[in-house]
Amino acid sequence: MQDVREALYVGSRSDGALIRRPMSPHLQVYKMRLSMFLSISNRITGVVATGGSALGVFWLAALAKGPKSFASARKVTGNPLGQLVLFGWILSLVWHTVGGLRHFIWDAGHRYDKKELNEDGPVALGVIAGVGVTLATALLGVSCCRARHRAKLLKKAS
Amino acid sequence: MNATSPTHRTVMRSQLGRARGLGSGHSGTGHWIVERVSAASLLPLSGWFVIQMFRLGGEDYEQVAKWGGKPVNATLLAALVATSFYHAEVGLQVIVDDYVHGKAHAPTKLLVKIGTGLLGLLGIVSVLKLALGRPASKG
Repeated sequence: MQDVREALYVGSRSDGALIRRPMSPHLQVYKMRLSMFLSISNRITGVVATGGSALGVFWLAALAKGPKSFASARKVTGNPLGQLVLFGWILSLVWHTVGGLRHFIWDAGHRYDKKELNEDGPVALGVIAGVGVTLATALLGVSCCRARHRAKLLKKAS
Repeated sequence: MNATSPTHRTVMRSQLGRARGLGSGHSGTGHWIVERVSAASLLPLSGWFVIQMFRLGGEDYEQVAKWGGKPVNATLLAALVATSFYHAEVGLQVIVDDYVHGKAHAPTKLLVKIGTGLLGLLGIVSVLKLALGRPASKG
């Protein structure tokens, strides 16, 4: 199947010969700006968050399967590398949520002027960093503390 | 897009004629709306899940399984899983539409549908097993 947009590239030279018209330059002629970065990062974090959610579903499946599988799942989530992945998942979810909330504001017809967009970008980045890092650290910290406390109790009991 | 020179036949057809059967299925607005509605639904569901994870993180198997077996928890979990992967499907579809061209487009889109669909199903079946199934003695 040929791309429909091909049709727009058909042109003719002054001697009548058919040619493929040149494309206009795209992103490469612009300096990267925060608004561009936040726009594409919303898509990237959406994909990353989906990957993390897939791992979350595997965790749920391990829980449903039984104690042994759940123990293996805990080995993964308790591992430093697993913790890093969990941290990244939470951060990308927060990132995508903040981006989504901005989209809701724009959809409602607010904050869509150039000046407002440029004002809100750094704020969004600050909120992402603040909420994301706080939430991820708190959640992972609470879980680790509880797991350690459980292990200690188990040792005492045996 | 390839760089070969266009044939005369391609040029003679009107733009509308070329676009017919290749383009819009008149579902763009619907797609946009379900993306927003699923996103809005995910806000309270995710908030609930974060609170639950603060309560549960680090707990042992019995506690977590007991939590997942409660009807209200199972319902909200299933809703979270279904809405998440529905939203993921709708979002990934747009990304595939934007960046994957030519022959790879249709199979990639199908792959996105199958992948998100299967993951969502796995999540829901797991939740149902926790809520309805007898606890497995081994596993």
